[in-house]
Amino acid sequence: MDNEVQSSAADSSPATDKEAKKLSKKERRQLRLKEQGKLDGAKSPAVGGASQGPQGGTSAAPETQGATKSKAELKAARRAKQEADREKKKLAGGSPAVAGGGSASVSDKQPKPRLSKSVSDSTASKKEPPRVSDDLQQDDPKVQKRRAKKLERHQIPQRVEHERKVSLFSHLDQYERQVSVTRGLSFASGGIHPAILRLGLQYAEGIICGANARCIAMLHAFKQVIADYTTPPQKELSRDLESKIKPYISFLNVCRPKSVSMGNAIKHLKLQISHIPQDMTDAKAKEHLYECIDNYVKEKILLAAVAISKDAIKKINDGDVILIYTCSSLIRQVLCDAHRAGKKFRVVIVDSRPKMEGIEAVRRLMKHGIKCTYILINAVSYMMQEVSKVFLGAHALLANGYVMSRVGSSVIATVAKAYNVPVLICCETYKFSERVQTDSFVSNELGDPDDLVKTGKPTQYLSNWRDIQSLTLLNLVYDVTPPDFISMVITEIGMLPCTSVPVVLRVKSVDS
Amino acid sequence: MNKEDTLNYFQQCMEENADISSAVAAIHTLIEHLKLSPAGTLAGLRESLKDCISWLMETDNSVTSISSGCELFLRFITLTALDQMNFQESKNILVERGKMYLQKVAGSRDKIAALGEPFIRDGCSILTHSHSRVVLKTLLEAAANKKRFNIYITESCPDRSGEKMARKLREAGIPVVVILDAAAGYIMEKVDLVMVGAEGVVESGGIINKIGTYQLATCAKIANKPFYVVVESFKFVRFIYPLNQQDVPNEYKYHASTLKSFSDLSHAHPLIDYTPPTYITLLFTDLGVLTPSAISDELIKLYC
Repeated sequence: MDNEVQSSAADSSPATDKEAKKLSKKERRQLRLKEQGKLDGAKSPAVGGASQGPQGGTSAAPETQGATKSKAELKAARRAKQEADREKKKLAGGSPAVAGGGSASVSDKQPKPRLSKSVSDSTASKKEPPRVSDDLQQDDPKVQKRRAKKLERHQIPQRVEHERKVSLFSHLDQYERQVSVTRGLSFASGGIHPAILRLGLQYAEGIICGANARCIAMLHAFKQVIADYTTPPQKELSRDLESKIKPYISFLNVCRPKSVSMGNAIKHLKLQISHIPQDMTDAKAKEHLYECIDNYVKEKILLAAVAISKDAIKKINDGDVILIYTCSSLIRQVLCDAHRAGKKFRVVIVDSRPKMEGIEAVRRLMKHGIKCTYILINAVSYMMQEVSKVFLGAHALLANGYVMSRVGSSVIATVAKAYNVPVLICCETYKFSERVQTDSFVSNELGDPDDLVKTGKPTQYLSNWRDIQSLTLLNLVYDVTPPDFISMVITEIGMLPCTSVPVVLRVKSVDS
Repeated sequence: MNKEDTLNYFQQCMEENADISSAVAAIHTLIEHLKLSPAGTLAGLRESLKDCISWLMETDNSVTSISSGCELFLRFITLTALDQMNFQESKNILVERGKMYLQKVAGSRDKIAALGEPFIRDGCSILTHSHSRVVLKTLLEAAANKKRFNIYITESCPDRSGEKMARKLREAGIPVVVILDAAAGYIMEKVDLVMVGAEGVVESGGIINKIGTYQLATCAKIANKPFYVVVESFKFVRFIYPLNQQDVPNEYKYHASTLKSFSDLSHAHPLIDYTPPTYITLLFTDLGVLTPSAISDELIKLYC
């Protein structure tokens, strides 16, 4: 019917074949009249009666009027037909709401789905797990409260919050040296084990640093905890010990955020604890856990380092100039092994403030008789011209192939890429993480800003930096390097491109 | 089978059937060696196979593909459970599995041709390098599917294998232009895609191939032309991950005879070069169409 109306409107426009047009016009008018008759019959008397009156009277009007009238009529007819159809459907459906008017029933229907939808929405949002971990939302008062509660439950004193943070990093915790970490702690039974206490302080002071060292020290401390543990009567070791360890971990986390390596080790330890059968005696269970921890350290860290060093030595040729950054224990081992294997090479050690760990690497490498050059990171682009390979350690390897490492590694890798020098990362697979990160802002560690203030100069320029309102200091600990800048990752299972991290993770998860 | 017999058999295999790659001929030789081996234990058998592989590596053939093919063969046949059987039965099973592996390898080229063919569009021009049986197969498959295209091929010194390939293509009625190796940059703007074979695919996802491939790849990268590699999966090499050309092991770069005769290798011409994964768009293999980063994943799956 719509087509009919449109074409009759188009008829008024000039056309080539007039006679044909006239004929068609007449025919159409007749058709229209017939249809009107039919529709009139179909219309319900209540609706149709009122609207039909005037139209019926003008049906014999001149042509131009006929077109407009027929439009109105058609509209009315269509409406009537629709309504009739709707009523038929309702009758067929047998719904009780038929008694109400058509419009009323429609309005009844509509809000219902809306309501149910909004209900389902709210339940969905409730069920959805929090997408951002609490560690990354320290600027949210709710999260702060939640964390304070947790620490209170575990009876661990909280750190004093510092307001002076770079606003871009306000979602992260800033760790400053302070006495308050252990001040409120008592040595009463049920408190924190002294081994853990000592470890936490060593972390906080930076005496134990480096992913491997921290992990090994932590596992060693846990061994002591397990040694001093006795299962209370009417409790299971597998459950009680795990709940005992939990506050220790949150204490260590208060001292310094745990590294990926520690996270993976804790996961492994908890798994082993939960697998201890109920009927195993304490002594046996302890023996088993000692063995697990020792095996983990041996296989995942110490033997892995041996395997990595074997592979890495193959990549060191005579006459190489190798650039390293700061003091990774693994890289040091690789270089010493290569030197022992008789390779002739020179090492450039790049160092940076504030930790200045490179100088320690120089000391240790010199002791082995390796030729060394010591520079600071601001000279790296000059030095890179004569370097043939860059060896870097890693804090963690992320699932998207990004490498998380000591801040500054990204700079080194970028410069190396610019000079077409291959960058090799040495990393044990226990440091592989399922996390994905593409920048250093979202998740990072903020070190003590006071470390930046200390310079070698006699006058301390920024000793009163807290009083200068417009000044904030940022001491980032890690950064991430994209896989484009990295030629190869050497792990204990072989030499891989960065992009294979997910496959290794998958293979590992199948094994365990 | 002593060393001489083994090498003769290998040579015979290569001559009898010009259409098989040296890796397949090596696998034939290994199976024969397995059958005739006098070893009385499985460990002894393995040792004698390893000896055989080292002999084959000394021939003046593509060392890369022979070593990868043999390594995968060893891995494949020894993955069976040989628990409660006597030695003769176990040996028969190994030979059976060897033949199975050979069958698998034989079918791979057709699979690759079917996978790679859709990437050749009607009316395009393709640049290729040296002589590769699997590239030839893919091109013939495309021609059989009524695609019209023309080929530019480098003459590929020092052995001029490009001319051999050009002859084969002409026989199939495909228009071919042979260009100088040095004209790769000149011709790059005219071609739509570059398609090469490979002697080996290494852990990084890069390839080892006839010298001159790397320069094609760099030119293609600059000109934004896709660089496709057509290769069978028995050429995947584990434990080789070159950082640059210098880092490729010498036994891959030079013939065994060259290594012996030259005291200073800087005067010897390398036969192959290494193309890093960043220059490769896709690899067509019998495992599917892979990106370079997927190669390492496949290798980990194959060997772990």
